[in-house]
Amino acid sequence: MALSTSLRSNLIKPLTALTALSSTHHLRSPFSSSADDTTVLTIETSVPFIGHRCEPPSRNVETTPKEVLGFFRDMALMRRMEIASDSLYKSKLIRGFCHLYDGQEAVAVGMEAAITRRDCIITAYRDHCIYLGRGGTLFECFSELMGRQSGCSKGKGGSMHFYKKENGFYGGHGIVGAQIPLGCGLAFAQKYSKDETVTFAMYGDGAANQGQLFEALNMAALWDLPAILVCENNHYGMGTAEWRAAKSPAYYKRGDYVPGLKVDGMDVLAVKQACRFAKEHALKNGPIILEMDTYRYHGHSMSDPGSTYRTRDEISGVRQERDAIERVRKLILSHELSTEAELKSIEKEIRGQVDDAIARAKESPMPDPSELFTNVYVKGFGIEVAGADRKEVRGVLP
Amino acid sequence: MAAIFQGIGAAAALPSAKKFHSQSRRFVSARKGSLFVVRSDGRPSLVLPRGAAAKADASATSTASKPGHELLLFEALREGLEEEMDRDPLVCVMGEDVGHYGGSYKVTKGLAAKYGDLRVLDTPIAENSFTGMGIGAAMTGLRPIIEGMNMGFLLLAFNQISNNCGMLHYTSGGQFKIPVVIRGPGGVGRQLGAEHSQRLESYFQSIPGIQMVACSTPYNAKGLMKAAIRSENPVILFEHVLLYNLKERIPDDEYVLSLEEAEMVRPGEHVTILTYSRMRYHVMQAAKTLVNKGYDPEVIDIRSLKPFDLYTIGNSVKKTHRVLIVEECMRTGGIGASLTAAITENFIDYLDAPIVCLSSQDVPTPYAGTLEEWTVVQPAQIVTAVEQLCQ
Repeated sequence: MALSTSLRSNLIKPLTALTALSSTHHLRSPFSSSADDTTVLTIETSVPFIGHRCEPPSRNVETTPKEVLGFFRDMALMRRMEIASDSLYKSKLIRGFCHLYDGQEAVAVGMEAAITRRDCIITAYRDHCIYLGRGGTLFECFSELMGRQSGCSKGKGGSMHFYKKENGFYGGHGIVGAQIPLGCGLAFAQKYSKDETVTFAMYGDGAANQGQLFEALNMAALWDLPAILVCENNHYGMGTAEWRAAKSPAYYKRGDYVPGLKVDGMDVLAVKQACRFAKEHALKNGPIILEMDTYRYHGHSMSDPGSTYRTRDEISGVRQERDAIERVRKLILSHELSTEAELKSIEKEIRGQVDDAIARAKESPMPDPSELFTNVYVKGFGIEVAGADRKEVRGVLP
Repeated sequence: MAAIFQGIGAAAALPSAKKFHSQSRRFVSARKGSLFVVRSDGRPSLVLPRGAAAKADASATSTASKPGHELLLFEALREGLEEEMDRDPLVCVMGEDVGHYGGSYKVTKGLAAKYGDLRVLDTPIAENSFTGMGIGAAMTGLRPIIEGMNMGFLLLAFNQISNNCGMLHYTSGGQFKIPVVIRGPGGVGRQLGAEHSQRLESYFQSIPGIQMVACSTPYNAKGLMKAAIRSENPVILFEHVLLYNLKERIPDDEYVLSLEEAEMVRPGEHVTILTYSRMRYHVMQAAKTLVNKGYDPEVIDIRSLKPFDLYTIGNSVKKTHRVLIVEECMRTGGIGASLTAAITENFIDYLDAPIVCLSSQDVPTPYAGTLEEWTVVQPAQIVTAVEQLCQ
């Protein structure tokens, strides 16, 4: 990927009027007439893919200006949302556990570019950005983080339990590794119903040592389930570096009889290419493991400063050399898909969207006390709950 | 985990259990397109497919029963399972040796040949992940029945059952339903050893969002199996290793029982005896002795372990004012302990004596036959307890 270091200020078109800022909808709103959807750009990924028991896909990725600008916007939005969540947590509006995804945005965005909403994604607790990528709104995100009724799980799930069933996002799970068998179950259902769709079951380098991963992988391979296991390797399982936790940190090879692919997870185009390749593979041949080499800037969660087990130099080094958003920015500028000023204005617009969503979420109500008892069970045969005596009907179980 | 189970089920011959007929059954002929739920007090009520409002049909008369057919408990489970699989293509089974082998207790025998290997899925020995897989599949709308070869093995899947099965409906704000049925044999068998004689109902009872039922006769086994499959909630169906060969005559007509109801086994006046699963038979054996001694015990098979049917139980307590609980769980933290608390909280004013709870000893189940006999409640102890309670 050619990195152009000279940033000419382009006197191309002035910014066209932006569409109304509605923070509830699109991750991408058409922002200028240079959002070209037809020109095909072929970009080479920064590093080649490494395959295990499979032929890796080509380093040359096809994309369009519109897609690349979309990547920039989406990733910048995710980045801003996570940073805003950081401040909200510090001001005690978000409580409990808060696991932030900033640094890893390329994985979420690249994956979305390669698949449809009928494909399923399931992940662990670092799920805010994946939720956003699957069509969640900022307002629902912040509401859920602040425990409000308007949150995506009605305030009852919290940071680790974001879900969006209609868009194929299955969460949002707190126990490390438990989502992998669930993901294979999603793939099983897809195969059962002959949907021709796939499931991306995401986990981290810490979860890669869980037994249930290998159990599920065995079953997925045995029955040729369309399951793609995506290891987001950010090199630290909470405070433990990967070389201290895993005898073999080559996670893409750990599937043994299952093919694997190692991908530069900070390069959104590489992620897109790998996911497209994986989807084709899974539909024909069964499971495949993708290892995304990525990095998180924050600590494991907001309770972890993130600097006791790694140096600040390492963090800033990665930020300077491999940051996903900076890469896309340089790509845009070097291919003259947009101007510095336009990109800055997108970022400003995004900041506005995020602030707006936070303000609205802060105003939104807490759940009603009756919500404590809703959604424990699904309504059965009209069960009435009446106290032990059945004398007075106290309520109907919802 | 490699015990061979086939022989044990065949050898179980409980002295009191040969042909146990529930006294409260009434049969009503099924109307077209609808089913009847037979409540434990004999009143029929209409159970309509989910989504429709349920109405009690007061005008239905109980007609003379059709002869019905005789079968063993495991066959009744299979019949219920097969009927539900015929009815709904989304129902599938997964577990160890359920397919080609036919199930270690023959509950799924013949189903793989009929429905294919994907619908009756032989899993590797990986309880944690195949339970998780079943739950994941249920999140998309499939209705899997997950079999634990022995309930004790499901301890390996505790995380999946607790966090994902029980809680996902709540933590997703109602987005996901988990209509799974988790079933398998548990309980103390015949010298199976400590690890294969576990009673998991005591461990699972705190999990919010699940329902637990225990079957004890072929009649209620089939009815509860069907109800569990049709329920939108996750249901854990507890079977017992020693009850699989019970024989009973069940109706030919289709019937579905209510998951939340207790069964009145023997109405009485002097004392309420609450029990479930295998202990029901020990209680009925003790009841014969008690009747000869002049007592009139009311025996209720609670069937629904979570939630308790406090309506039926409460009515009984108000009548007899004395409660004896006979269970197979261990003393500490068992179903009996919770039931004691629930009855005390709700019906303390109606009790003439403290609730007595007979449970298994708080020990790992020993292998030696005599020791094993002493860990579980025996009919003689039940008789003694009733005599003391009724003084």
